[in-house]
Amino acid sequence: METQTQTIKKETKVSTERMKGAEAVIRCLLAEGVDLIYGYPGGAIMPVYDELYKYQEQLHHVLTRHEQGATHAAQGYARTSGKVGVAIATSGPGATNFVTGIADAQIDSTPMVCITGQVGSHLLGSDAFQETDIIGISTPITKWNHQITKAEDIPAVLAKAFYIARSGRPGPVLIDITKDAQFGELDFAYEKCKGVRSYIPVPQTDLHSLEAAAKLINNAKKPMVIFGQGIILGEAEEELKKFIEKTGIPSAWTILGLSALPTAHTLNVGMVGMHGNYGPNKLTNECDVLLAIGMRFDDRVTGDLERYAKQAKVIHFEIDPAEVNKNVKADVAVMGNVKNTLAQILPMVKPNTHESWLQEFRNYDTIEYDKVIKDELYPNEEGLSMGEVLRRINEETKGDAVIVSDVGQHQMIACRYAEFTKTKSNITSGGLGTMGFALPAAIGAKMGAPDREVVAIIGDGGYQMTIQELGTIYQTKVPVKIVVLNNEFLGMVRQWQQLFFDKRYASTEMVNPDFVKIAEGYHIQSKRVTRREDLQESIKEMIACKDSYFLEVCVEKENNIFPMVPTGASVSDIRLE
Amino acid sequence: MKKENYTISIYTENNIGLLNRISAIFLRRHINLESFTASVSEIKDVFRFIIVVQITEEQVKKIIGQIEKQIEVIKAFYHTDDETIYQETALFKVASKLLFEDRQIQNVIKSSNANIVTVTPEFFVLEKTGRRNDVEALYNELEPYGLMQFVRSGRIAITKDKMHISKILENFAVETV
Repeated sequence: METQTQTIKKETKVSTERMKGAEAVIRCLLAEGVDLIYGYPGGAIMPVYDELYKYQEQLHHVLTRHEQGATHAAQGYARTSGKVGVAIATSGPGATNFVTGIADAQIDSTPMVCITGQVGSHLLGSDAFQETDIIGISTPITKWNHQITKAEDIPAVLAKAFYIARSGRPGPVLIDITKDAQFGELDFAYEKCKGVRSYIPVPQTDLHSLEAAAKLINNAKKPMVIFGQGIILGEAEEELKKFIEKTGIPSAWTILGLSALPTAHTLNVGMVGMHGNYGPNKLTNECDVLLAIGMRFDDRVTGDLERYAKQAKVIHFEIDPAEVNKNVKADVAVMGNVKNTLAQILPMVKPNTHESWLQEFRNYDTIEYDKVIKDELYPNEEGLSMGEVLRRINEETKGDAVIVSDVGQHQMIACRYAEFTKTKSNITSGGLGTMGFALPAAIGAKMGAPDREVVAIIGDGGYQMTIQELGTIYQTKVPVKIVVLNNEFLGMVRQWQQLFFDKRYASTEMVNPDFVKIAEGYHIQSKRVTRREDLQESIKEMIACKDSYFLEVCVEKENNIFPMVPTGASVSDIRLE
Repeated sequence: MKKENYTISIYTENNIGLLNRISAIFLRRHINLESFTASVSEIKDVFRFIIVVQITEEQVKKIIGQIEKQIEVIKAFYHTDDETIYQETALFKVASKLLFEDRQIQNVIKSSNANIVTVTPEFFVLEKTGRRNDVEALYNELEPYGLMQFVRSGRIAITKDKMHISKILENFAVETV
């Protein structure tokens, strides 16, 4: 069979063109439909940059101010566009600066191809200038990686890289190319990769599992859906909607599943997990059938596994076999792309409504609104709350914006209160929790969805981790809106110190610079808001602005995020205060 | 759940970085490898890793999932000792003069079913293949005389049931076309 495959390939081979490896890299990217890459030049990748100069009309390169910024921008681009993000850097420090972004893309299943230059192959292992074993370093955090030492290997390896990055459960791929491979010549011909022996991107769906799942769903009295990013990655938003509307099942989401179902949908019951909503957390431990769709039972979702949904039959719709039974035992595992499996199960499930069960969620909503949400969105205190900023943004964007959030308290506020009408609109670092993600990710998000409003919500801590990307915004004129919610604290850590470490605020208070002046230094329109009466107008002005805009909102210093499932607690022990 | 000896068999493509990927899976979970061997398999261009670990069945199932997730892994299996035929090989380097100084050592060698690989005036080398306890028994008998060198290989194992690797590869090939 293998030999047969090879013969077919040989017969279809098109005419070749003689060129350098570096040019071949560019031609591969173009052949994959890439027109935008993020990167930072340096010694070992210079031959590729030289070719970029020639191809700048076809392949736009965005010079970020740090390689980490390039990876996050590529992630943001991938997540709003649905395409593979591409980042490029030199060897040594260039490559190691990629590490955080790659790890982030791996844990959040973001399709990304990272290309790094490497010292000449004769120098490998000699501790040469800017040599680092990036293959060894990136192995545990990539879906696949490979080092190219010969020019003629470039087309096939890059084709494989794009195929692996985007197929099945997506992820980051790193390709390291030695300088001699970039300078070396080859006969170029490009053929897209259609499959890799030993790799099954999408497992086969067992019809029996669909039947078993349908039976459980049809007999359920209190079913509940928790959906994750699998819906967005599988572009299964319509299929999910049809499925839950037919079955009438209340549906909650994980942080990365957010925006796959409109906020206003009657069956949308909110977020699960540590700072999720009261109802879905409580009722996880009361439902009789739990449908986990394209999600992976992260510990921030489940809390204590020993006390997680023990009463429920669990149906897991999943593309990655390694996720099934990893954290939560599945009574039925439906393998495959959720776009297909949800479509397949639709005719097998009976129409239903679960009015009284849905009402239980609504009852908890009322409690949560009175105890938490009301004060967050309409505070009585003098100080501004993060929640009211989000409320004002909702009012101005009507839920049509892409919200890019960083990591911490403001992230939880953004995910809890931002309203969404469209999918692929919530861009955040979920699994890795990378502070500094939002500013560069917002650049990529805007370039991946240029017709949409992109608003980055960032804390004063995370903002300063990648603040240099203001330079990229200034140079590219990408019109992103940046909102820094400044509480002069590393707020989430401070909250934990208050709750679990007797208010010993070790190294969480921040003495900050004048953020408005910094933005001005980059010629970005900017404003600081300290009073409630100025908030609405400022947000209006920011949204109306055609260019990039920086808005600092000074918020109450010691507000906490509730509800909260403390670490080690059960989801049903969720605290409201 | 009880910890048991599991023999993990992994069929893979020949890839330079794969060893690193596989060992990282164990390292990350603090699982000690009792033994590790890599070799060619019965199929051309397909390699086979044999790893022995002492963990629970639940753990080994999850590990198999993580291993199979690696792009160049064709298939991974796990088996208990009862389900496999397995052997280890050991080499013993012993001073030749002991043969004359202490006649008892000759009896040890005779009854051990060990092969003499080489003999020089200074030393001789014994090779013993068998299960871990066979090798250890000989080690314990020879150790009092003084061993110049000792080395033992990792486990190699063949399973009693079929692996169907060729069939799996055929299916991959069909999908590829």
